[in-house]
Amino acid sequence: MNGVHDMGGVHGLGPVAPETDEPLFHGPWEPRVLAMVIASPTRGNIDAGRHQRELIPGADYLRMSYYEKWFEALEAMLLQGGFVTPEELASARANPETPRATPRLKAPDVAPAFTRRGSYLREAPASAAFAVGDPVRALNLHPAGHTRLPRYVRGRVGVIERVHGAHVYPDTHAQTGADDPRWLYTVRFASRELWGPDAAERDSVSLDLWEPYLERAE
Amino acid sequence: MSHDHDHQAPPSDIALRVKALESLLVDKGLVDPAALDAIIEHFEHRVGPRNGARVVARAWIDPDYRRRLLADATEAIAELGYGGGGQGEHMVAVENAPGVHNLVVCTLCSCYPWPVLGLPPVWYKSPPYRSRAVIDPRGVLAEFGNELAPEVEIRVWDSTAEVRYLVIPERPPGTEALDEPALAALVTRNGMIGTALL
Repeated sequence: MNGVHDMGGVHGLGPVAPETDEPLFHGPWEPRVLAMVIASPTRGNIDAGRHQRELIPGADYLRMSYYEKWFEALEAMLLQGGFVTPEELASARANPETPRATPRLKAPDVAPAFTRRGSYLREAPASAAFAVGDPVRALNLHPAGHTRLPRYVRGRVGVIERVHGAHVYPDTHAQTGADDPRWLYTVRFASRELWGPDAAERDSVSLDLWEPYLERAE
Repeated sequence: MSHDHDHQAPPSDIALRVKALESLLVDKGLVDPAALDAIIEHFEHRVGPRNGARVVARAWIDPDYRRRLLADATEAIAELGYGGGGQGEHMVAVENAPGVHNLVVCTLCSCYPWPVLGLPPVWYKSPPYRSRAVIDPRGVLAEFGNELAPEVEIRVWDSTAEVRYLVIPERPPGTEALDEPALAALVTRNGMIGTALL
């Protein structure tokens, strides 16, 4: 979706302002939000979580802190998934008539979950359409749902730099939960191709883009 | 906090709302509070830039390791005991060299290599960095106090998939006599994002 989250190249958002002390968390509620998101029964689908944060209205998205956005999206997903009801959220009490659930992640499972090797690589549905060195154009697509094709590369020509194999395809995964694996490539774009003649001649921006975002260029 | 919410009667204070949600989820059996504590402990003590600094220092002193890191960073990082689940599944290491500087961003959200760098700083996740790193990397680097010569090639990496990037900074001159732990102590988090030179 063409949301404010897709902000590569936007002007006017201010200077980068590092904190002087850089605390890991800003208040005790922030780590609780992080941990709840990771332990939540909705955690299985990282793309659906990202999309839920993108759905936060633009003005709120820009005003809210990082963990406020995580919290908003977590509540919305718990409601949508039927894990909690609006009445329960309002009262902070479980409806006594609903059966008690079993946590997806128990304390002894946490350390193994962080050390177990995960992967988004899947069996390829077909052979790769592109190889390293091929020129490709990012398609001019504007899907209303989740996508990882930023606006600033749409219609631009780059070169395939690396082939990662077939990965879970976020556009489908966020919507239906299906992996729908597609070939993933690192594509390098010259900064001048993206930003015009004011960009430095040798600079480049590389992105990881799935095959459905690309067509062969000449 | 003044935003509207589509559910009823929200407490106005985010801290209260977070506490209420946790009570509810625990009450319903949906989360184990001890698991939440263990997750927080992981981020406070198990991951962070010291992990990445060890990877970089090893790459500086061991050419074979550096080759393996550049060929398959996921495997090479796992050799040192880091990686696994959570934002480190598919790692790529990119090396700075004379005339080449790398800079990592996630314009769409906040993708960051948790196992080797821990949680990202606020500025990394914030609109100014996310919007400008791709269009004005030299301006961003200057705000971090780095003036790069015009002829230096800047390679920006926008983390749009589940691939996470780690910058291998150039080894500072005059460090030939240092051992691996002393070298690791020189490696900064911003150096591994690309917003600092060492």
